[in-house]
Formats: sequence, structure tokens, C-alpha cells
Amino acid sequence: MTSEQQYIEFYREASDLIKNKSCGVMNAVRDEAFETFQQLGFPSKKVERYRYTDVDAAFAPNYGISFAPLTVKPSLYIFNIKDAPIDVAPYYHKVADRLDAITALNTALVHDALLVYVPKNTKVADPIVVDNWLRGTAATMMNRRILIVMEQGADATIIINDHAADKQRFLTTQVIEVFCHDNARLDLYEIEETTPLCSRFSNVYIHEGRDCSVKHNSITLFNGQTRNLCDVYLRGENSEVTLNGCAIGSGSQRIDNNTLIRHEVPHCTSSELYKYVVDDKSVGAFAGKILVEKDAQKTESQETNANLCASSEARMFTQPMLEIYADDVKCAHGSTVGVMDEVALFYMRQRGIPEAEARTLLKNAFMGQVIDQIKNEPLRQRLYVKVEKRFRGELDKCDDCRLCK
Amino acid sequence: MLEIKNLHAKVGDKEILKGINLTIGDGEIHALMGTNGAGKSTLSNVIVGNPAYEVTEGSITFNGQNLLTMNTEERAHAGIFMSFQAPIEIPGVSMTNFMRAAVNARRQAQGKEPLKSTDFLKLMREKRKLVEIDQKLMNRSVNEGFSGGERKRNEIFQMAMLEPTFCILDETDSGLDVDALRIVAEGFNKLRTAETAAIVITHYQRLLDYIQPDFVHVLMGGKIVKTGTAALARQIEEQGFDWIKEELA
Ligand SMILES: Nc1ncnc2c1ncn2[C@@H]1O[C@H](COP(=O)(O)OP(=O)(O)O)[C@@H](O)[C@H]1O
Ligand SMILES: [Mg+2]
Repeated sequence: MTSEQQYIEFYREASDLIKNKSCGVMNAVRDEAFETFQQLGFPSKKVERYRYTDVDAAFAPNYGISFAPLTVKPSLYIFNIKDAPIDVAPYYHKVADRLDAITALNTALVHDALLVYVPKNTKVADPIVVDNWLRGTAATMMNRRILIVMEQGADATIIINDHAADKQRFLTTQVIEVFCHDNARLDLYEIEETTPLCSRFSNVYIHEGRDCSVKHNSITLFNGQTRNLCDVYLRGENSEVTLNGCAIGSGSQRIDNNTLIRHEVPHCTSSELYKYVVDDKSVGAFAGKILVEKDAQKTESQETNANLCASSEARMFTQPMLEIYADDVKCAHGSTVGVMDEVALFYMRQRGIPEAEARTLLKNAFMGQVIDQIKNEPLRQRLYVKVEKRFRGELDKCDDCRLCK
Repeated sequence: MLEIKNLHAKVGDKEILKGINLTIGDGEIHALMGTNGAGKSTLSNVIVGNPAYEVTEGSITFNGQNLLTMNTEERAHAGIFMSFQAPIEIPGVSMTNFMRAAVNARRQAQGKEPLKSTDFLKLMREKRKLVEIDQKLMNRSVNEGFSGGERKRNEIFQMAMLEPTFCILDETDSGLDVDALRIVAEGFNKLRTAETAAIVITHYQRLLDYIQPDFVHVLMGGKIVKTGTAALARQIEEQGFDWIKEELA
């Protein structure tokens, strides 16, 4: 029996139960998503976008699937999808890639969803914060779904934090769909700070209309195995997107980021910077494609992936890709994999800075370049501290976790 | 203070030092001269413990301690400092954080508490004045965008912050204009005491006019081939090294 079989059997038995717990808009696409999953199965490493992660192995263990209800803190902009103030059918499972097996599985199994809705011309001053807590007394699978609708001229910062409350094995699938109407601005931060027992499969899909500006920041501070996908569709002129990522691996952690920016129309700008520090026996992978379609003239795009292998046993795979079908574009991409700068280490040690501390300073300096770009000041300051703690090995006891206090 | 006996060292497969003997007492200044590639920087790096260089024979003792069993940072904590011939940039590490880490590491090794932030900043201000280095440079990353002269000043500033007992100035004068040379040399002299000593590597008499050497050594073929007083440096300035080669031949 392959890994998908247990999920297929589970769905056959439990689909009515899931539908009962869920709502019309989610159930409307559920069976179709299940059919898709059944046909595709889990992607093997031969599937281009899943080259660096063994999906089958991650889903093979026996997890209890959680159907705990979503608890939503009352807020002006956050809703349980069942209480949506707008019709979400035009968005739900419409932005996502329906032919991705993980997205299909998530859509089949997820019973509850979070909606972040920012109405027309509304500028939200404070960041909208979503805290995800993994809880369980046995190995648990969580399926999470977030829909973000930014109406015309809406402007917001959203911070999504992932924590694990229990030292337990967790498997998470997550699908985030973002729909930005014309003139919308969004800063979306995702910060994972879980445990080595956690496996995470997250797929983020972003649609941008005209004159939009979106920044997505994916920060993996502490994890087990993480596979993040982020797809951006630039569908209106004069829009821009920035994709930034910061990934820190140690022990035997694995971090795989896979991005696609699809320029479908002229006059859009994209910029991407992902940085990794991999230490011990950890493995990092980055694959980012910029796709410029034939009508997307005057596209400007810049993609950079810079990596630091801090130990001889750490591994980094990097694959920046450009696919251009238009002729009047400015695109650049590149990647580097470096090791610790021995000359700088010696300079610092000559001044009396112990080697371990010197290494921490260099790693921190390397990552600082991504954190510097975070616009939200309190978050930026918090991340400087967190990243430094992470490199000092002080982060595994989640310090601002309310449960541990 | 420092005693080097029959020191042999190599970098890669290349033997560069072939039996150095040198004794430096408290309060002394030793000038080290020699043609490009003679091994002056190699000797400096070996004394401070650069892991890129391998000692194959001989000994170095510092105030009775065997230096060769100590790592780079332990030697620094013992009071050894090198002003680099070519100080490098460390992007992303601010001068302030770099100095704070260095000062506090030294204090920790001495069993002292880390400096309070206000005291640390006060110390920075005081020492900056000594070499007239601009505050603006302190907010930058280490040596990033510093001119050649600013980097050399920065070396002496760091020396002032760390108050070493034994210093090596490796061509600290090259790249400095006349005024900067005077400021840096005078700064260095203010830091000297009867308990400190130094090796000053230079090609030029103009530095030795400020920092007067007790001894002048010539390094050639991996060995110290000639030792004299300040007069030897003046002779080298006028006549170069050829006459020493001839003497040896
Ligand atoms: N890190 C190194 N790798 C390879 N060769 C080196 C290295 N450092 C020094 N050397 C070589 O050792 C010799 C002595 O160099 P150095 O000590 O820098 O001379 P000096 O400072 O007297 O000009 C030169 O031939 C130089 O090329
Ligand atoms: Mg030299």
C-alpha cells in the first residue's frame, strides 16, 4: 500500500462527516479535489516541483487527522469562513493550483477555514496576526486553510506565526489563497518556529490585479521538515511583488522552498531574495522560477538565492530559473553557495572573539540582509533578536510562547 | 616578554620561516625589515596563531606561557594584538557590535563582568579621539567602505580599545598620508608603557622617526640575518638590502 491509500480510504469513510462539519462553499469543491488527489497520488521526486522532498515518506506514518474546530479571535478583519461577510465562492479554491496533489488533499480534508477580509479602500494600521498552534497528545495531522481577500485599495500587513505547543509529531498541510483586487497592498509574513518533530507542507497562491504591491516573507526559524511553495500570478499591469525568504537549518532539519512568479501582463516588477544558512547535517533546497509570458513586455525581474553552508556535512540545492517568452524585458537571476569566511573568522578571533561567537556573528550578518528588508518595525526588531538566538542555539525553548510561561 | 627559538613555519607546502630566533623584553620596540615576500607577515601571523600557517619546529613563549598550544583567541586574551597589513571588510557586522564582542570576550577571559552599555560607549568615544577616527565609521560594518588610511587608523583604534601588552604593527604606515601617519604613530605612543612591547614592520624610516626602535632586524631567506640599532634602519632607507646580501655571500 502506498502512502496515499490510507488517505483515500479515510476520505471514503469520513467524507460525509467532514462535510457535516464544514460549509457549502468548501464542500462544493471537495469531491472534485478528492478525485484529483486520487488520480495524482503523492508526487514522486520525478515531479519537477517536488524534486527535493520525499512527500511519500512524510505522509506514510499513521497520523490522527485533527478536526478540531477553528478558534477565531474576534477581530474586524478575521472570520471563520462560515461567518464570511462576503460571498467567498469566487475566491475559494479558485486562486490555487487545482492540479497540485498537496493542495488537492488539503481541499478534500479541510473542514474549516480562516478568512482575512479587508474591504475596499481600507487601510489597516496594525498588523493582523494569526497564530497557529499545533496541539495533540498523539501524532496528529492538521489541514489548514486561509483565504485572504484584499478589495480594491485595501492595505494591510498580515503576520502568520506557526508554533508547536506540544513535543509531538505533527504533519501540517496548509493552503493560503490571496486575492488582491486592483490597487491593493499586502505585506504577508509567515514565520515557522516549530520543532524537529514537525513536517510542514505549505502552498501559497497569490493573485494580483492592476497596480498592486505584495510582499511575501517566508521565515523558517526552527522546524523539522518544511516544504513551502509560493506561486504568484501577476494578472494586472503595473503591479509588483517581492518574495523574500530566510531559512535556518541545523541538526537534520530540511527546508525546501519552491517559488513561481508568473508575469502574465506587461509592466510588472518582481524581486526575490532567499537566503539560507545550513549547519550540521541539515539540507536546504531552493527552486525559483520566473516565468515571463509572451505579452508581458517591460517586465523587470530580479531573483537572488544566496546560501551559506556552515558545516561540511550540510547540503544546499539551488535552482534559479528564468523562462522568458517576451522580448523586451529586464531579468536577472543568480545564486551562490558559500562557506564560512575563514579570513574574517581569523580577524575576529585575533581580537579575542571566541570562534563560536565569531561564527554566530557571521551567520547573523549574512541573514541580516533579509531581515533588514522587513518593513514592519516591531517585527523586524523581534526577528533580529530571534535570528540571533537561533544561531546561538537558544530558540528551541520557544521563549515568547504563552504556554511555556 | 616574547621569546622565539629556532622557529620554522610553512604555509601549504612552502617553508617560509627557517629558524627564527628573537627575544623581546618589556618596554622594547623591535623594528622588522626585509624585502617583499621575506616572511615578515608570516612571522606575525604565526605569533598570533593564524590557523592557515603551520609551525614545524621551534618554540614561542610569551611571559613564560607556551604560545603554540594556545588558540588564536587565547593568545589575544593573553594580550597579543596584530595590526593587519591588509584589514578585511566584514559586511553585516557593525564596528560597535564587533568591538563590544571583542572587549567583553577579553573581560570574560579575565573573569570580569561585561561592560555596561553606557561604559562601553564612553570607552569607544575616548579611544576614538586618540586616533581621530570619525563616529560615522563606527555605525558602519567593520571596514566596509573605509579608505586604506581609515582602515589603518581603525586598527590602532581597536588596539586602543583592547589595551594589549604586545603589539605587532604590520606595515601600519603604508597607505597613510603624512598627517595620518603622525596621528596614528602618536596614538600608538600614548598607548605604550614600560610593560608593553612591539614589533614594528615597515619599509620606511618616517614611521621610525615617531616610533623609535630599540633594535632593528633584517629578515631574509627565512632567518633574521642582521640585527642593529636605529642606525641600521637609516642605512637601509639609504642603501636598500643589497649590501646585506653581499655581506652574507
Ligand atoms: N596564505 C598564504 N598562502 C600562500 N603563500 C603565502 C601565504 N602567505 C604568505 N605566503 C608566501 O610566503 C612568502 C612570504 O610572505 P609574507 O610573509 O607575506 O612576506 P612579507 O610580509 O615579508 O612581504 C611569500 O612568498 C608569500 O607569497
Ligand atoms: Mg607583509
